[in-house]
Amino acid sequence: MTRDEIKDLILEIIEDIDEDAEFDNLDADAPLRDQLDLDSMDFLDIVMELRKRYKLQIPEEEYPELATLTSCVNYLEPKLKDV
Amino acid sequence: MSDKSAHNRFVLTGVGLTAPGGANDPAEYRRRLLAGESGITSIDLRYMGKAPAGICSFPETKYRKKKENKRGTRAGCIGVYCAAEALSDAGIDFTQYDRSRTGVYIGLTEHGTVETENEVYNISRFEYNIDYWTHHHNPRTVLNNPAGEITMNQGITGPHYSIGAACAAGNAALIQGLQMLQLGEVDLALCGGISECVGSFGIFASFRAQGALAEHVDPTKASRPLDRDRNGIVISEGGCVFTLERLDSALARGAKIYGELAGYAINSDARDFVLPYGPRQSQCMRAALDRAGMQPSDITIINTHATGTRQGDVEECRAIREVFADCPRTYANNTKSHIGHAMGAAGVLELAGNLPSFTDNMVHPTINLDNLDPECALPGLVAGSPRKLEHVDALLNNSFGMVGINSVIIVKRFVAN
Repeated sequence: MTRDEIKDLILEIIEDIDEDAEFDNLDADAPLRDQLDLDSMDFLDIVMELRKRYKLQIPEEEYPELATLTSCVNYLEPKLKDV
Repeated sequence: MSDKSAHNRFVLTGVGLTAPGGANDPAEYRRRLLAGESGITSIDLRYMGKAPAGICSFPETKYRKKKENKRGTRAGCIGVYCAAEALSDAGIDFTQYDRSRTGVYIGLTEHGTVETENEVYNISRFEYNIDYWTHHHNPRTVLNNPAGEITMNQGITGPHYSIGAACAAGNAALIQGLQMLQLGEVDLALCGGISECVGSFGIFASFRAQGALAEHVDPTKASRPLDRDRNGIVISEGGCVFTLERLDSALARGAKIYGELAGYAINSDARDFVLPYGPRQSQCMRAALDRAGMQPSDITIINTHATGTRQGDVEECRAIREVFADCPRTYANNTKSHIGHAMGAAGVLELAGNLPSFTDNMVHPTINLDNLDPECALPGLVAGSPRKLEHVDALLNNSFGMVGINSVIIVKRFVAN
């Protein structure tokens, strides 16, 4: 997966959680939680969806890596490079 | 209920509901009941296939976002809609009442079955690896879930919990609300019942295994309590929430009053897991009448609990005949013939269906009663078409459940004195 594809994947998962989510003015380097109506349970939904789709097991101590869109892409890029 | 001061009289002032077939407010529901319409359709269940069922269709995102509905439960979604509609109907916006002095009491036949079945099905697609079990499972399945979802939606900070009383739960929640008002624990009670049972193949399968699941080529004909050809229960989802207030508070704010909760009783058969017991049901009806200070002849309409099972209907009718032996001005009907058995919501949905009789003086009919079972014959049974009366003074609402629980509510026309 390319970085753009990973970004689209994350946004698609978030949209599935909250179809009212607005991405137009999303700052990729700012925390997603500050910009979208997401809480800790929603982040667990993102983790679960990545597990279901790609069998990715993300350890709890690495959840902070999913804080921003850019950090998500950085973190997932090596894990999804063969997808 | 011996202290009859306005502070110790309790009145229903708002109704919010969703009934099978798409009736989502009291007026539309009443119209359908008087027209003799069935709200039953067919459902295609996991593992089981088709069965008749009562399914609700209501504006699910009217009071909260789709995201919250996905996180919560179907019962919570129904509850949030019904509670918001009841408050709106009652004209309560929490300028009149403190949210910390408001209680939410929701009757449930069961809760968590649907969510658990769904989750087991979900992990079956991942070789039963529990890493795929959702973190939402526990907040969805805690027994207070539907009531709690209502408090989150309304910002209500008073007590909330569920009343588990099998299919007597709707009535039991009303009783709980009344008692909490009586005790001074709250000033406003949101009480009612909810069913999300149609989401569970297991509930259908269990009734089928018991020989108590209705079947009919035409689902609208499947729910036929008291009929000779009845063959079981039609399972429905649904919800109904009432606002219950002290009379003095309701009068002070100029509330519309649907009726006064005049009497109630709950008792136990102490006999059998599933089989009903008429003598205990008649005791329960008498206890409710005693508490209300009323005679059987004071009741204008009996809403029968009858679900369409062979023995249950006969037991109840025998009990009613015994209590109402000489009451020529008492009529009876069956609301499940229209909407099926809405389980935890049954008692309150059926009460809500009959409440408008205080204003329109009509008794809605029992439908699908083509061949009355002689053992279910009741004097004053209204069937086929509605009956117009001169005056409706009091309703008696029966609601019974498994493991031997009986509940009776009596609501009378509000008369100021």
